[in-house]
Amino acid sequence: MNKPKVATVWLGGCSGCHMSFLDLDERLIELAEKIDLVHSPIADVKTFPNNVDVTFVEGAITNDENEEAAHFIRRHSRYVVSFGDCATTGNVTAMRNRYSNDELLNRAYKELADISNSLPNDHTVIATLREQAVPLHHVIHVDAFLHGCPPTPDEIWFAVSELLEGRIPKFKTQFLRYG
Amino acid sequence: MKKNTMSNIITISPVTRIEGHAKIMIHLNNKGEVEDARFHVNEFRGFEKFCEGRLVWEMPGITSRICGICPASHLVTSAKAGDDILSIGIPETAEKLRRMLTLAQWIQSHALSFFHLSSPDFLLGFDSNPIERNVFGLLAHDKEFARKGIRLRKFGQEIIEFLGGRKIHTPWAVAGGVREPFTKEERDRLLKWYPEVKETAHLALETIKKIHKRFEKEMPSFGNFHSLYVGLVGKEGEMEYYGGNLRVMDNAGNILADRLEPKEFYNYFGEASESWTYLKFPYYKPHGYPKGIYRVGPLARVNICEFIETPIAEKERKLFKALSPSSEPVNNSFYYHYARLIEMMFAVEKVEELLHDDAILGTHVRSKAEINQSEGVGACEAPRGTLFHHYAVDENGVLKKVNLLIATAQNNMAMNRTVRQIASQFIDAKDVLSGKKIPEGIFNRIEAGIRCYDPCLSCSTHAMGQMPMHVHVFDAAGFLVNEYVR
Ligand code: SF4
Repeated sequence: MNKPKVATVWLGGCSGCHMSFLDLDERLIELAEKIDLVHSPIADVKTFPNNVDVTFVEGAITNDENEEAAHFIRRHSRYVVSFGDCATTGNVTAMRNRYSNDELLNRAYKELADISNSLPNDHTVIATLREQAVPLHHVIHVDAFLHGCPPTPDEIWFAVSELLEGRIPKFKTQFLRYG
Repeated sequence: MKKNTMSNIITISPVTRIEGHAKIMIHLNNKGEVEDARFHVNEFRGFEKFCEGRLVWEMPGITSRICGICPASHLVTSAKAGDDILSIGIPETAEKLRRMLTLAQWIQSHALSFFHLSSPDFLLGFDSNPIERNVFGLLAHDKEFARKGIRLRKFGQEIIEFLGGRKIHTPWAVAGGVREPFTKEERDRLLKWYPEVKETAHLALETIKKIHKRFEKEMPSFGNFHSLYVGLVGKEGEMEYYGGNLRVMDNAGNILADRLEPKEFYNYFGEASESWTYLKFPYYKPHGYPKGIYRVGPLARVNICEFIETPIAEKERKLFKALSPSSEPVNNSFYYHYARLIEMMFAVEKVEELLHDDAILGTHVRSKAEINQSEGVGACEAPRGTLFHHYAVDENGVLKKVNLLIATAQNNMAMNRTVRQIASQFIDAKDVLSGKKIPEGIFNRIEAGIRCYDPCLSCSTHAMGQMPMHVHVFDAAGFLVNEYVR
């Protein structure tokens, strides 16, 4: 029998949710026997494959490429999980929303660059910031939400186990917290 | 396709197995040779602006969210900037515990870099199947080795959890000290675990030395160039990670500047911005941009210090030094891995020393004071290099200005130089011109060049993970004449 295909994706976040996934520690060994990790920032396959069973998405949608990625992931994943508070609420990544992009970019690349050759604006190679960073479910349908900044390894383990059984995880109250 | 008008661009997107997202573009000239290669960092989150208006007390908790890999380093640096604003000394116990946290951060991050992210290249090979080239592939290949690495990282993470109550994003360090003391039970648990940890740190060192022999072909072009080196060193010139002063060394081993106050870092280091990346280019001001290229992190730290306080790491440092025949520092970025593992051993040995020091069990861990200065700087050695936080506040401690000089950014020029060097070495112009497929392993080598620096792009700004890796060959008019998908 083929093992279920799992992917993890990192959009506008700090990678802390992925680190919490790695904090499964020895449970990773068990997980390796149960799933195929088909795409992830900790792995090397560049293309997002077809027919992924479960995709965990870390981070908010902060730019045009994140948004495109989100739609692509949705089309190719049976279940999509908002992985952590940034994906779920925008969290720290959305703290920029009270400033305009000009204010944000000028601060970093003009005021704080004593040699300011240019703002990062060559959008043939780099992404364009959205005016607002938004949670994942603002742009695509999401099947389950993992709370926490980051979610704890226990919560991740529970979610993975349920999803592998084909059930949408119903979290106990102690998992339903932000931060 | 007219070859003489061809302008070729190769894109690698994303760069995986580094802690962040990025693209690499390789520009070829009309002879099919590498003309330029650039490392593009693709995301931006704006901490230096949106932290304005927050309280100095909140900053350690907010800025740790810059990076999930080295949150403890941001935490400590931010707390230190807060100490400076309160202008107080912190209790001895608090300093020792913050030191232990910083070392635990090194252990977990260095273990991640070596075992989870880089060793698949070394043990499975650059040309192995990309589907297997990750920590799960490693588990299938050598379960025991992978398990040991996983447990070494866990040791670092558990120290952080014992101190701060959680592994990632603890708000434990604050201006004036830390929130909670450490307990004897926790100390005893760590001491019991310790022998295994030390053995794994040894194993890592032995493994990397064997790898050096196997990768003789790759090594000469893996970021082998001259640059300055920057980092903190202690009073006697020893390797430092929490306090100390800045040292700048040139590529011949001369100390250009020493005992610089970390608080005045902005007098010595400037930052340049460019249109094609969200990652700025820090440079050493006296040499200007881009001549003031410098490297930070493990390679720099092991190069600039005169000694390491702990015996096994010191013995390794001497072997490391001998890699360079003259008094020159070791200039090859491939040796970042070795330097990182020497530091891992240092961190492991030093943690043991701290665990035996009863001062860590003190209960006075926080000094209290009002806002006494309108500005403060914190600095420490994060796993990837020197990290600086600089805050300006009002009389209530509300942030007015924030400036962050991040470790990975300081290696930006060096990473670009490395990508270019590897691309020139391994991409065969004849193959490109005849339209032959460029082997996947070559792209992986280029990425591996970046991985030497273990860049943490969420720290420095931050790219995206879904685009397939494409090799694009455009003609001069921008028409796509050839395309490879990896
Ligand atoms: S939820 Fe927290 S840990 Fe996860 S990406 Fe966002 S800031 Fe990082």
